[in-house]
Amino acid sequence: MAQQTMTVHLKVWRQSGSDSQGRFEQYTAEDLNPHMSFLEMLDVVNEDLIHAGEDPIAFDSDCREGICGTCGFVINGQAHGSERGTTVCQLHMRSFNDGDTIVIEPWRARSFPVIKDLVVDRDAFDRIISAGGYVSVGTGPKPDANSIKIGKDVSDKAFDSAACIGCGACVAACPNASASLFTGAKITQLALLPQGKPERTRRVQRMVHQMEDEGFGNCSNIGECEAVCPKEISIDNIAKMKREYLRAMLSDT
Amino acid sequence: MIPLKRALSSPVGRKFVMSISGIALVLFVIVHLLGNLTLYVPDGGETFNRYAAGFDAIGPALYVIELGLLAVIVIHIGWGITTALKNRKARPDDYAVSVNSKGGPSNLSLASKNMIVTGVALGIFLVVHIWHFRIRKIYVADNTEIDGQQHADLYALVHTAFSDPFWVAFYVGAMVFFGFHLRHGFWSTLQSLGAMKPEWSKGIYALGFLVAVVLTVGFMGIPLYIYFLA
Repeated sequence: MAQQTMTVHLKVWRQSGSDSQGRFEQYTAEDLNPHMSFLEMLDVVNEDLIHAGEDPIAFDSDCREGICGTCGFVINGQAHGSERGTTVCQLHMRSFNDGDTIVIEPWRARSFPVIKDLVVDRDAFDRIISAGGYVSVGTGPKPDANSIKIGKDVSDKAFDSAACIGCGACVAACPNASASLFTGAKITQLALLPQGKPERTRRVQRMVHQMEDEGFGNCSNIGECEAVCPKEISIDNIAKMKREYLRAMLSDT
Repeated sequence: MIPLKRALSSPVGRKFVMSISGIALVLFVIVHLLGNLTLYVPDGGETFNRYAAGFDAIGPALYVIELGLLAVIVIHIGWGITTALKNRKARPDDYAVSVNSKGGPSNLSLASKNMIVTGVALGIFLVVHIWHFRIRKIYVADNTEIDGQQHADLYALVHTAFSDPFWVAFYVGAMVFFGFHLRHGFWSTLQSLGAMKPEWSKGIYALGFLVAVVLTVGFMGIPLYIYFLA
């Protein structure tokens, strides 16, 4: 039985380097299996480009099972494409119709400069984490299991925040290119747990100020970040960041 | 401890400024509408003029209150504009296909995307409005006698303005911007202050819609009522 295939027309952002001018290039991908992932479809397009002696489309990917946070670009104005709660590697061609025209662009933000085509530099996120997204522990002997009691509701909440994979979709979808959901999730995760509490005051100020210094925009509470987040992290994490910051403003230390 | 200057210009602190000034302005606007409801009394403006004359009793302290209110407005506009400029700078190259909402929890809407547009429009409206009924109350309005004392006939000023279709359209139009600004702003102030829980969020967002509609309709009705009925 012949399998039904599909054809899509692509408009892809091509940019040879961070300093060069980018433009859209058109490609047609034919004979696609509807059950292939979006990245597999791009792999097929790239095979053809390589055979034709052309430069393949550069994009980031690693685990291809939606947990590493490496992949991501904007498809028809939506970060990670139209499906909610998935990364682009978990988006399948069956989400599109045969003959669709698909516009593919990199994350766009001053703090995420394009390296090549759809690949952007997300080091700004690493620098926000370096500013305070950790627990400085004197590594003594391993504590006994359950010596620090954490309620189930608290650990569940902290886990929801910790689910952030740092893909950058929140910044990409925000009309202000704000990194508040990312930063808020990291601050919340650590502020909820006893291990993170001793440093919560300096953590929130360092991370928020680093986010500002990186040139991300400000949060207007639009909430599109939550809608595009592959881990569906709530903007409650942003509200928590505000409470933590207010607490730090009023704190003695 | 965070140095206050740094705190109030930080992405979090600047929203505290916007929120607190925003709440103050919403409270003012509620009181303003409650007072203006006297314009709906069909007695040729007597109740309204009596209400307006009440402000004369406050004496010079009124100027202090007005300057305070002006300061809140200036702060709200100042922080709003610098925030919007920073936001614009954060994305110098925009998307070819503009952000297409994924729906669900998103509040992406005409109201939420255009706070700076509606805000600037309201700023322009305010200049005209203050000139129209505050400055002209001092320099243009005729006097009327209330309980044997002379007071400005503010109702005459309002009535003349709202007999002109241009001004009716201007005020009605401005209130459309006001409604959109409040629709996102009401909920947003609380979220920005961190005074929000996921369980309340939807309810307060809906309440924001109600507050925006009630205040907008209340204000918008005044020029329409005067033009068509009074």
